[in-house]
Amino acid sequence: MAAATVSAYSTWAASAFIIQTMKIHEFQAKKLFSEYGVPVPNGRVASNPEEARTVAEELGRAVVVKAQIHAGGRGKGGGIKLAADPGEAEAAAAAIIGMQLVTPQTGAEGKRVGRVLVEEQTAVDRELYLSILVDAASGSPTIIASEAGGMEIEEVAASQPEAIHRFAIDPAAGFQPHMGRQVAFALGLDGDLMRPTVALLTGLYNCFVEKDCSLVEINPLVVSKSGNVIALDAKVGFDDNALFRHEDIAAMRDPNEEDPLEVQAEELGVENYVKLDGNIGCVVNGAGLAMATMDSIKLAGGDPANFLDIGTVNDPDRVVNAFRVLIGDDSVRAVLINIFGGMARVDIIAQGVVDAHKELDIKTPVVVRLAGTNVEEGEKILQESGLPIIRAADLGEAAAKAVEAAG
Amino acid sequence: MSVLVNKSTRVLVQGITGKEGSAHARRSIEYGTNIVAGVTPGRGGQSFEGVPVYNTVKEAVKEQRPDCSLIFVPAPFAADAILEAADAGVPLVVCVTEGVPTLDMVTVKRALAGGATRLIGPNCPGVITPDECRVGIMPADVFSSGAVGVVSRSGTLVYEAVAQLTANGIGQSTCVGVGGDPIIGTTQREVLEIFDQDPETAGIVLIGEIGGNAEQDAAEYLKTMSKPVVAFIAGATAPPGRRMGHAGAIIAGNTGTAKSKKEALAAAGATICESPAEIGATTQRVLRDAGLQ
Repeated sequence: MAAATVSAYSTWAASAFIIQTMKIHEFQAKKLFSEYGVPVPNGRVASNPEEARTVAEELGRAVVVKAQIHAGGRGKGGGIKLAADPGEAEAAAAAIIGMQLVTPQTGAEGKRVGRVLVEEQTAVDRELYLSILVDAASGSPTIIASEAGGMEIEEVAASQPEAIHRFAIDPAAGFQPHMGRQVAFALGLDGDLMRPTVALLTGLYNCFVEKDCSLVEINPLVVSKSGNVIALDAKVGFDDNALFRHEDIAAMRDPNEEDPLEVQAEELGVENYVKLDGNIGCVVNGAGLAMATMDSIKLAGGDPANFLDIGTVNDPDRVVNAFRVLIGDDSVRAVLINIFGGMARVDIIAQGVVDAHKELDIKTPVVVRLAGTNVEEGEKILQESGLPIIRAADLGEAAAKAVEAAG
Repeated sequence: MSVLVNKSTRVLVQGITGKEGSAHARRSIEYGTNIVAGVTPGRGGQSFEGVPVYNTVKEAVKEQRPDCSLIFVPAPFAADAILEAADAGVPLVVCVTEGVPTLDMVTVKRALAGGATRLIGPNCPGVITPDECRVGIMPADVFSSGAVGVVSRSGTLVYEAVAQLTANGIGQSTCVGVGGDPIIGTTQREVLEIFDQDPETAGIVLIGEIGGNAEQDAAEYLKTMSKPVVAFIAGATAPPGRRMGHAGAIIAGNTGTAKSKKEALAAAGATICESPAEIGATTQRVLRDAGLQ
């Protein structure tokens, strides 16, 4: 029995893709939850200590002051403080706002806190876990629920997999009350708690579907001492690909929460850029080939400085902008361009490489490997430019030369 | 010599008058693909390179009886285009469109379940049977006809692998890019089954990547196969928790790692290629060892 549950969980973990996601803050997520009838504690966001005091005064009772950054584990880094009165709330906000909050999810440098959420304290009877995501294997939105709330769900899954319940929702029928009842009973929310739980789940599912969420997660979902089911925390991510139909959601984006190099890349139209720790800057077309190029660099003894899928390029300026992003990264010691043109035309890439050398001050060695659509024209452009570009005939040679050039 | 498409396949192109659609339809026609119809709503009655254009897939099906539809429709409208093709009874639909919202694909996948339409993609390079039929966006020059089937989640890695195969004198029966999104129409496992049943496909190259468990699923089927399979998994060096372009290419859970995928495939009998630069050479060695080349 236990073994079957373990394998059911690992199937979930494996197939639970976290779709490319726009994240929002807890206070934004809770506002969204409220709109869908998911109960949250009363409260409001504050951007300075005075405002925090005002919110606490309005609430008229003991509050919790919570740092608003996208990373989890905020309590461990001192980003969540209890306050008995407005004066304490002001002091707590003064301590949190402006701090560089380090949590297990932020990395060592931490994240600067710009705002706090001030909300009423909740006397907690029980802590539970609830989330909805799309399970790729079944192709269905799936509810994940556990009585082990308030902990890292991955840890729960590893140590007590039988404590995790999953419920696939048939997308044709949508969410039905009987599914809500199943979840409620699995969480031990029977008696008077069943109806409000079904209502909460209905709202949460509607939010997930109507707003094109990639994830909604409540950890913990609590039963208060006064007998209410409340979302004490709220984490919501949205499918980037669906933002075109949700202007209200797109407007909630906070660029301060993202890697500055990645934000700059996006502003330059270089969207698929991920900063990494190595020193070989990469420009590749296609995500799979980009990953394979990184793998080749590693096999040749080097370390990639980034993942960059330049996609289908039909404008040399995109290549110039990609170079701008790479040379903006101080750790880059060599650049590797690996292009296999299909939809993308190799001659346009070559022209972009030449343009980049004209427009920018490129001191790092550049290794170029070209193949596919219009490769002869591309090679000719590089040849005639007279630039000191290191040429490679195939992927293995390109990686070896880039590692050598990076020293 | 092939699966899914061949020289007699009658191909419809949805979005044939658009920028990408027209460019690639033209290249496919030059390649010898039998494109019999196009669809662009509002352009019915026109023609493109001698191919009649219809307002709806239903009309195109009635007049031209296509076996396959190739979709070049922008992401916001792609799900509708797939469902229109399925509704009109087109048996094979190939959608190259990138960036289709996941919940749109949830709807599509559910609507196609149990039906007669097979979907390839979205976010894929398409399907090509070398020297016969190109239904997609791949650079035709690198392909050569032969007996090795190629299946991949990534588009450009199909080109990379095929260029190496061709350089090593190994031709391909059919190459299928299944797509890099979390929810796709046809899985790697299903393509393996199709290749397994094709008497003209002697061996298979499978190219996976990090994220999800599609490769483990493919490995389950691979256990039952006798044809040799060479596999490469991209993303061994990608850090956990970061999305690498493909929505699917993120490590979530242990089975999403390159290591666990390689182990599953190796245990099922595949020859694992550690370096993406050695796919051609490895396949050559495997085919020789099996007495197939």
